[in-house]
Amino acid sequence: MKKQEPSIPATSAVLPNGSGAAAILSAGIGAFMLAFFAIAADKSAFLKNLFIFYKPTGPLSGVTTSAILVWLIAWGILEGRWRSRTVALARINAVALVLLALSLLLTFPPVADLF
Amino acid sequence: MEITARSLWTLIHGMGFGALYLLACSGALVELYRRYSPRAANPLAPGDDNFLKVYLVAMSVLAWLTVLTGAYIIYPWYRAAAPAGAVNLAAFPQRLLLSNPATSGWHSIGMEWKEHVAWLGPISITMAAAVVIRYGRDLKNHPQLRAAVLCFTLVSFLAAGIAGFFGAMLVKNAPVEGGQRIHLMDGE
Repeated sequence: MKKQEPSIPATSAVLPNGSGAAAILSAGIGAFMLAFFAIAADKSAFLKNLFIFYKPTGPLSGVTTSAILVWLIAWGILEGRWRSRTVALARINAVALVLLALSLLLTFPPVADLF
Repeated sequence: MEITARSLWTLIHGMGFGALYLLACSGALVELYRRYSPRAANPLAPGDDNFLKVYLVAMSVLAWLTVLTGAYIIYPWYRAAAPAGAVNLAAFPQRLLLSNPATSGWHSIGMEWKEHVAWLGPISITMAAAVVIRYGRDLKNHPQLRAAVLCFTLVSFLAAGIAGFFGAMLVKNAPVEGGQRIHLMDGE
């Protein structure tokens, strides 16, 4: 069954908020994936080696490049789906801000070391 | 008066791009709050609107330059492996910090946090720039979009502040030095 995106009908002539929502949620996803990849590379020797895209910089090169790619791909997909829609932004904002807060927290080494 | 090439790059990264970005953050926060607030007294002139768009794009460029010069120019010098048995670790900042329990935290917490958290800056501010470019004055009609952009810009400021603080402390404890010496001027 096709899952419906949270949406409400546009009621005014202002620009639909979908495009902004796509940018906000994808930024949250990108930020979170940065922390997720950083922890994954720290915990797994296999992933650590896999993330070495540029040897002098080490795994940081792969961690950041991968997170940026996930962010941009997510942005492109969400922009395509929401561009001309008005979406329930409160929920999307909440998810994006939680992801952003988690990324700030999970990049802090004493917290990352708990995993 | 001389400076090494690596010191010069550290200055460009930290005091050039990074510090300028931090300064610009406060301006962006004030402008984003003030201009698009529904309580704003005067309607925005098109020139004002364009100024903020250019300002945020410039901030995005600064943020990306900061993290890219940090990760791909300075960080390789910082994390260079010292040859076995090396006694003088001055040219190997990461090794130098880890060699002393009193300084190891500057790497294991400071650099480990800085090298990742700094990237939240360009991601957040690029998003903010994209939203302001797309919506412009129409942001007045989207308080939730405006609130999210403000929050992301604030986190970007915080992330840049964390990275900047640890960058400054790392330079104090184990500066990245070496490379060609650049003569700036003669002393008295």
